[in-house]
Amino acid sequence: MSPEPTRPAGPVHVLAEVLAGKRIGAFSHLTLAAPGVGERHRPGSFVAVSVGAPGERTRLARRAFWIHQVRALGGHAATVSLVVDPVGPGSRWLAGLSRGDRVEVTGPLGGRAFALPKEPVPVVLVGEGAHSAPLFALAERLRERDCPVHLLLGAADEAHLLSALEARRIARTVTVATLDGSVGVKGPTAALLPDVLRRSGAAVVYAAGPVPLLHAVARAAEDHGAWSQVALGVPTPCATGLCHGCPVPVVGEDGVGRTVRACAEGPVLRGDRVRWDDLSVPGDAS
Amino acid sequence: MTGPVRLAGLTLASPVLVASGCGGTGRELAGYAPLSTYGAFVTRTITLTARPGGPAPRVLESPAGLLHATGLPNPGLTAFCATELPALVQAGARVVVSVAGESVAEVAEVVSGLARTSGVSAVELALSLPDAEVAGVRTPREPFATTRLVEAAVAQLPPGVPLLAKIWPDPVRAPEHARAAVEGGAAAVVVGGAQPAAFPDGRHAGLSGPAVAPLALRAVAEVVKSLDLAGLRADVVGCGGIATVADARAHLDAGAVAVAVGSALLTDPTAAARIAEGLAVPERPAPEKPAPEHAAPEHVAPEQAEHPAPEHRTQEDPA
Repeated sequence: MSPEPTRPAGPVHVLAEVLAGKRIGAFSHLTLAAPGVGERHRPGSFVAVSVGAPGERTRLARRAFWIHQVRALGGHAATVSLVVDPVGPGSRWLAGLSRGDRVEVTGPLGGRAFALPKEPVPVVLVGEGAHSAPLFALAERLRERDCPVHLLLGAADEAHLLSALEARRIARTVTVATLDGSVGVKGPTAALLPDVLRRSGAAVVYAAGPVPLLHAVARAAEDHGAWSQVALGVPTPCATGLCHGCPVPVVGEDGVGRTVRACAEGPVLRGDRVRWDDLSVPGDAS
Repeated sequence: MTGPVRLAGLTLASPVLVASGCGGTGRELAGYAPLSTYGAFVTRTITLTARPGGPAPRVLESPAGLLHATGLPNPGLTAFCATELPALVQAGARVVVSVAGESVAEVAEVVSGLARTSGVSAVELALSLPDAEVAGVRTPREPFATTRLVEAAVAQLPPGVPLLAKIWPDPVRAPEHARAAVEGGAAAVVVGGAQPAAFPDGRHAGLSGPAVAPLALRAVAEVVKSLDLAGLRADVVGCGGIATVADARAHLDAGAVAVAVGSALLTDPTAAARIAEGLAVPERPAPEKPAPEHAAPEHVAPEQAEHPAPEHRTQEDPA
């Protein structure tokens, strides 16, 4: 379980072109031509979007989105797709963009992406809502390493459930939970964790989602005797490591408590390293 | 055309500085442009001992601005000098170290430590930290206290390492603090940073971004005039909401010799490099010198044509 070597090159800041914007359920799926971003992507890395046009901008905090998929499309070597949940003024603006629009994007960001196991061990991937986005590329990579992949996807309702069909293609088992029971088991995602971990015999649990889910994952993994790697979905005002605005209290390898930046030292952290009770989650300026 | 500039006796490659607290440790910014691009890299504020920083939220959006109260997370003087400072120098940065302390004696101790370390081009004394009370560091409200802190810091510095005093950006009171800082020995004053403000829950914070830019420009002009009238010789660095080449030019036209770009970097990490590049090319010459009464319209019209007003309404999502 050593972290992957550091990425080959740093992030870039580019004016990306929207190639496609598609509404699927509650989410808007945006495909961007963002030269240099997709090429360097690893599962768990993310992009920061600037809201509004330069010079007319009045919303200055950046909006972070997981890189969902990277693929070649129409002459672009590595387009980047994002899953946007339009819940705030920034994300609504982004979700409203259409083909040909331009948006400033920085990426791929993150000092630490998901680390892959050296052995072909069983793994569980847990995600909630739009935060499940980075898990699909991760599942592909894990499958290439012959790791049996089990997916646990949760959402408020079916409209907020990300790509369950796609999930069945890449995972050995897929378990779905929705709060309203519109699809899958009715109830919170975390309630199914112990059962999924036991059935899969997982050695590693990967998770992406809101902090309460990640906390539950870290606890369940520890109870089960598995490693956990959690991708923090916390607000990152600059997302690039410059502002020190996304503090995460952790315990270092030396056992000493310290505070790291979710964007620069994360976004993927070992679940047992985060001091969850000290992690306050401010309202998201999404 | 703006090439190398002289600031506080130093020759800098560009009049564009990276403002304190907005460049990370330097490493994060270096990926977007070499740190030698900037006139100087002003570090986040360094204190005598390490600080973990304050609780979240530390940075919040407000209309055309960012509210921030980080609680000065930093590794402390010793660790900074051992790790971050050498890395900055190695990356080609001209390093200006921002400092603060809980007392006059502590400020002097930090500056004294920096004075014994190579690679420090200048020291910026943070006299206007908007969340100072919470962070427990000293920021003077009265000019005599500004003088006292500046004197204590300057006394520790060897010749050739100037002190920059970053003063409150209040356009009315900035001039008296600027004079006080220069009388205390500051070689330059940095004017127009974050305005004292509050988070919605009342916690002390600083307000930065385009929202404060007009205030900053006024403060710079007032300080330049006031130092001039008092016959005090010191350079002025303008900062506060500078996000475009035009913003930077406005500060230089107001009499600043350099500008510090801060919060703009948080939205676009290439902003300061872009502004430095923009300042390095000659201004587009006016076609001919217009008669004074026509000056404004002729100058404004082509700019507007290039950037048509956006139709914001079409972007609104009915949901």
